[in-house]
Amino acid sequence: VVPLTLFVALTPLFILAGVNYYLFKKNMRSELFHQVSQDLSNTSRSLESVIEERLSALRLIAREETIAELSEHARTEKALQNLKSAFGGFVDLGLIDSRGRQISYSGPYSLEGENYQNEKWFHQVLHSDFYVSDVFTGHRKLPHFVVVVKQGSYLLRATVEMELLNRLLFIPGMGGADDVFIVSRAGLMQTTSRLHGDILDQCPLPVPPYSPQDEVIEDFDDQGISYSLGYSYIEETPFVLIVIRKRADLLYEWFRSNSELIGFLIGSTIVIFVVVLWSLTSVVKRIRTGDLQRAQMLENIEYTNKMAAIGRLAASVAHEINNPLAIINEKAGLVSDILSSSDDIPCKERLSSAIVWIQKSVERCGEVTHRLLGFTRKVPVRREPLDLRELLTEVLEFLQKEATHRNVVIETDFPQSFPEIESDRGQLQQVFLNIINNAFAAVAEGGWIRLSLQAIDPHHVSVAVEDNGCGISEEHLKQVFEPFFSTKGEFGTGLGLTITYNLVRKLGAQIEVKSELGEGSCFTVILPTGRQS
Amino acid sequence: MKSMRVLLVDDEEELVLTLAERLNSRGIDARAATSGTDALASLRENRFDILVVDLKMPGVSGSEIIKIVEREFPQVRILLVTGHGGSELEEPTEQRSEVLLKPFKIEDLIAKMREMLNLPEGCVM
Repeated sequence: VVPLTLFVALTPLFILAGVNYYLFKKNMRSELFHQVSQDLSNTSRSLESVIEERLSALRLIAREETIAELSEHARTEKALQNLKSAFGGFVDLGLIDSRGRQISYSGPYSLEGENYQNEKWFHQVLHSDFYVSDVFTGHRKLPHFVVVVKQGSYLLRATVEMELLNRLLFIPGMGGADDVFIVSRAGLMQTTSRLHGDILDQCPLPVPPYSPQDEVIEDFDDQGISYSLGYSYIEETPFVLIVIRKRADLLYEWFRSNSELIGFLIGSTIVIFVVVLWSLTSVVKRIRTGDLQRAQMLENIEYTNKMAAIGRLAASVAHEINNPLAIINEKAGLVSDILSSSDDIPCKERLSSAIVWIQKSVERCGEVTHRLLGFTRKVPVRREPLDLRELLTEVLEFLQKEATHRNVVIETDFPQSFPEIESDRGQLQQVFLNIINNAFAAVAEGGWIRLSLQAIDPHHVSVAVEDNGCGISEEHLKQVFEPFFSTKGEFGTGLGLTITYNLVRKLGAQIEVKSELGEGSCFTVILPTGRQS
Repeated sequence: MKSMRVLLVDDEEELVLTLAERLNSRGIDARAATSGTDALASLRENRFDILVVDLKMPGVSGSEIIKIVEREFPQVRILLVTGHGGSELEEPTEQRSEVLLKPFKIEDLIAKMREMLNLPEGCVM
């Protein structure tokens, strides 16, 4: 029951928290998505314009200057200086003729006369007006890329420093798991990235398929962390800009920004736990107590019914026997009368003795039947206020002589103040006389009997009669209140406790017995104070 | 001085006859009746001081006799004898009714009757 209740109580709470986390995640992802799209569009636009600017600058020079002018080293040098100062980012400038030979060169290397006829870009540029190379090391063994424009049959070629691209790739607000880099359409890194390798390494990610617009993909990495990858093919260049943003610590973020919700979740979980456990435990306990009480009640009813049935049976048997007993008694009495009035009867002494025995036996039978009849006799209960301490003291006075004679110690544990109860004095006296008498029969010489009084609650008091006598075995304990059950042998009728039991029931009280063989017994009578109504 | 006059009523014939004989031998004028009808007839013919009656009898029951006696012979004292200790005793009886449970000693019966008639101890007359 407990796990089920906890499950029912806690599930909605956790579902709510789950939904909240899911929405948070969704929000974060969409935020990430927008961030990446924005980064991507800003950066790709700058990239495009930077490259476009370089191409335009080259075109301007190609148009302004004639081929002859540009063939002069000084003019090339001047043009390079102009480019550097006006636009920046240029490293060198060269003029190449239609056969691929560099006729004029200005820059930090001595590349004049270099032949580019076998270079791939040379052939490509011949078919279009301009060319932007991917990054390569080339003659100078340093990564760079070149932009080329065609002017007639000549090509104007300039090297662009990598710093120009690197500067563009700085995006503010990039976290530890975020990255931005350029990759060539062939999959080589064009810039050094933080997490995806150095320049000219093979990019660990596959090159995304071509798309004329910016694209953002959402995916999960090897560790199951979601990320947004944006890519943009820079038109007329071999470059693909890639922006990656990750939220590795999404759960942490969620915990951080929802601390109140989490606190509430933990708090309510604890409260639910405690309340469910406490309430279920107490309910189960109450049910168990109720069951026990019901079982006890049923047992009591059963026992009462049994006793009543036995009582009725005993009374009817007693009645049937009483009439013949009365006849025997009278006939014996008559014989006795006759014997005592005539002298000449043979064996008179023996006959007289026999008659005496018949009369004694009738008397004994009569005692038994009279006690049996006592079960069903419904003497009305006369209630009067009485002090149990007084009543018990009176009862003890009856037995004082025997106690002294047998050296039995009688202890009384009566509280200083004890509530008066309303009950039948005579019947209570009989009840306690019977119980204490039994205690006397049980204790050996020098034993003790203890009477104690206790107020259990405002409506009930108890009287306990305890002794250190022979005790009652467990199997006999069940029978002590049944008629004709006696451990006193021929000295007991087996009716004392039965009568006691019936009287106790009649007074609305209960009697309980606890005993251990050889240790002693304790009879407890629980009496209603009779003042509740 | 007249002796104590007693009418014994019980359906157990042997009981009342023997009892009457024994009472007679003790100087008490006792007569026996074995049914309610006999008893009423006897009551109408003779004067009695005490009616000793069993409550449970076939025909006219003890309690019916008591009612009639209380009404018609208010001077007669009633002593109930019964083998029952039970239900019939709960019925309200007049204050002057006394009860004796069977079997009883004849001495107890005589003592009881004497007590009812306020006679001194030892006197049966």
